[in-house]
Amino acid sequence: MNVKTVKREDLDKYSNTEDKRLVNIALKSMLFIGMVAISMFFAGLTSAYIVRKAEGNWMEFILPDWFLVSTMVIVLSSFLLFFVKSRLKNNNSVFGLVCSVLILGLIFSFFQFKGWEQLISEGVFLTGEGSNVAGSFLYVLTLAHLAHLFGGVIALIFATVNAKLRRYTIDSYLSLKLISMYWHFLTILWVLLFLFLKFL
Amino acid sequence: MSDHHHKETFITKYIFCTDHKMIAKQFLITGMFMAIVGMLMSAIFRVQLANPGEASVLYNLLPGGWLNEAGGLNPDKYLALVTMHGTILVFWVLTAGLSGTFANFLIPLQIGARDMASGFINMLSYWFFFIATVVLLSSLFVESGPASGGWTIYPPLSALPQAIPGSGTGMTLWLLSITLFVVGSLLGGLNYIVTILNLRTKGMSMQRLPLTVWALLITAILGVLSFPVLLSCGLLLLFDRSFGTSFYLSDIIINGEALHHAGGSPILFEHLFWFLGHPEVYIILLPALGIVSEVIAVNSRKPIFGYKAMVGALLLIAFLSFIVWGHHMFMTGMNPFLGSVFTFTTLLIAIPSAVKVFNYLATLWRANIRFTPAMLFAIGTVSAFITGGLTGLILGDSALDINVHDTYFVVGHFHIVMGLSAIYGMFAGVYHWFPKMYGKMMNKNLGYLHFWGTFICAYGVFFPMHFLGLAGLPRRYYTNSNFPMFDGLSDINEIITFFALAGAIFQAVFIFNFVYSIFKGTKASKNPWKSNTLEWTTPIERIHGNWPGDLPVVKRWAYDYSKPGMEDDFVPQDVPLFEGEKEH
Repeated sequence: MNVKTVKREDLDKYSNTEDKRLVNIALKSMLFIGMVAISMFFAGLTSAYIVRKAEGNWMEFILPDWFLVSTMVIVLSSFLLFFVKSRLKNNNSVFGLVCSVLILGLIFSFFQFKGWEQLISEGVFLTGEGSNVAGSFLYVLTLAHLAHLFGGVIALIFATVNAKLRRYTIDSYLSLKLISMYWHFLTILWVLLFLFLKFL
Repeated sequence: MSDHHHKETFITKYIFCTDHKMIAKQFLITGMFMAIVGMLMSAIFRVQLANPGEASVLYNLLPGGWLNEAGGLNPDKYLALVTMHGTILVFWVLTAGLSGTFANFLIPLQIGARDMASGFINMLSYWFFFIATVVLLSSLFVESGPASGGWTIYPPLSALPQAIPGSGTGMTLWLLSITLFVVGSLLGGLNYIVTILNLRTKGMSMQRLPLTVWALLITAILGVLSFPVLLSCGLLLLFDRSFGTSFYLSDIIINGEALHHAGGSPILFEHLFWFLGHPEVYIILLPALGIVSEVIAVNSRKPIFGYKAMVGALLLIAFLSFIVWGHHMFMTGMNPFLGSVFTFTTLLIAIPSAVKVFNYLATLWRANIRFTPAMLFAIGTVSAFITGGLTGLILGDSALDINVHDTYFVVGHFHIVMGLSAIYGMFAGVYHWFPKMYGKMMNKNLGYLHFWGTFICAYGVFFPMHFLGLAGLPRRYYTNSNFPMFDGLSDINEIITFFALAGAIFQAVFIFNFVYSIFKGTKASKNPWKSNTLEWTTPIERIHGNWPGDLPVVKRWAYDYSKPGMEDDFVPQDVPLFEGEKEH
């Protein structure tokens, strides 16, 4: 994905912040760069994981099945968001769609907790006498992702209310577009984290 | 014609303001306040180094409990002062104070925008910074004292609350404040990048951007890529501190008690920290170099030499800054081969740096130079960049660095190359854009006094430090009087302290000039320096929206000075090309 910058001819036609279209593009770019910053945060954590793992004294354990289930749930939620545009195009309500994504987001969070529960039952702890840094890394990475997802859930609650009040139209649904972008990002991030934890 | 200006209350104008120019001033004033705090701290610990353990009238500035029975400074509080001085100067003054001020002030004005892409996020950026400031300063007043493990907060001192007094509440507050600071910086950075990429006025192509804006853009990109890594580093530290994990801690015994931490690696912290830490050097330096490009071109009455090479050098420096962090860690038991790789990448930075210096000198060469205070500070920046850069060659080479690692040689180097260069750039920016910020001129003679006083004192402080370092004197030590081998160095320490205190007095001249000029300064004309960039086409009085009518349309680059065949020796960017005139 590239940052969408304004072309020269657009600059000739439009004049800066008076033009809503430019502001919309600016806000999308801002979210994109924000996502780059979040990616760097996770890049820091995962590279620390790799370096630390290479040093040894690293507990091996199997990733809980719950995480696989939660992966499927979040992928499904992201998939649903692809229908927003076509529904708005046909002048249909997107309430059901957005609400479903919100519920799937909450189910994802629930399964993450179930995953941690399974880890604890298998003796993999975040901290304490019996803990190992491998487990600590797993908890920190999944917690950090969930903290970012929490922001997405809050945004989805607002989007659900707006959808119920039919505030989104095909010509005006920028906030929902931005929320969708962020949600897709969270999905991709989680899938990458899952694959990272599973295979590295 | 649209009217963007609207009636403002005291609160919307001065406090919760979304206008980029006011937010810039908020950053500047907060940054200046923190600079005074940081400078006073250095004055206090310099007095301790000149007269170890003795009482001083300066210590009256300190909170209770910081002194021993003889009235001297407590060793742990000395370390706290050093730590807070570094933190404040690196982050609060030279990151937020410099970038926050000039990115906010100049980006919309120089690219021809009404404001930042999001005024609200911009305001939020300042208030995160402000709260971070309050939290950091509050740590000065906790019983166990502020953080004192050095501004680099290496574990285990930062990870174990029971390690030293400064590892307790003070360290927690340090971490909290830096988290707020990073959030504020990121919000600001997002805005800067997006505004430059998307909201340039008609005709303002990237090839016509003033170099100041280029530098601020690249700085913001560096911040967005490196500050999150500091957050991830801090998050793991927080888990070690608060929840007992072992990311950075291993096999530690305190007061005879073995802690349960096992398998952690403090070196891991250093890798993550310096992955931010080195780009941070350029987050500090690049805005200053951007300011200097503008000030030197304007006051040389010549186009900047090698515009494209200047942009290329900025990009190359930014790229290289991400692959050199290991040069801070040559003494960590690093594989010598890896050390030589980091040496190689580090020394590569000399190439774009030399390009920049050459271009500055070529711009000055045979120019009709106006020696304004801003110009003197801009030339001072180039001078300090060269002096500090030369010792950088020594420290970047692992074989040489090992000999002077963690000595005053390092302190002298980074204060000149990063501290002086950046602070001179900041002064140049303040003197140059003060008429645009406040509609008044600063006093020129006080400016000269400030420059020469600062220049002489700064070299008086930092130049002798190289000799201390070569003699082996370690940095951060409370005193050197306990080691007979350093006895011969006490005179040098006294000289350094003398210059440090004298330098502080010259900063009072600047503060006086700044405040006095706001209220009593001569009224500025619209374009007092006869400059080409767009900010000088705005009205003198501050209005929200910057231009009362339509936005200016850019017709040329920013450096048409002394162009042959022109009536004036400058042609503003919104003046159309004349018939038959070729763009640069």
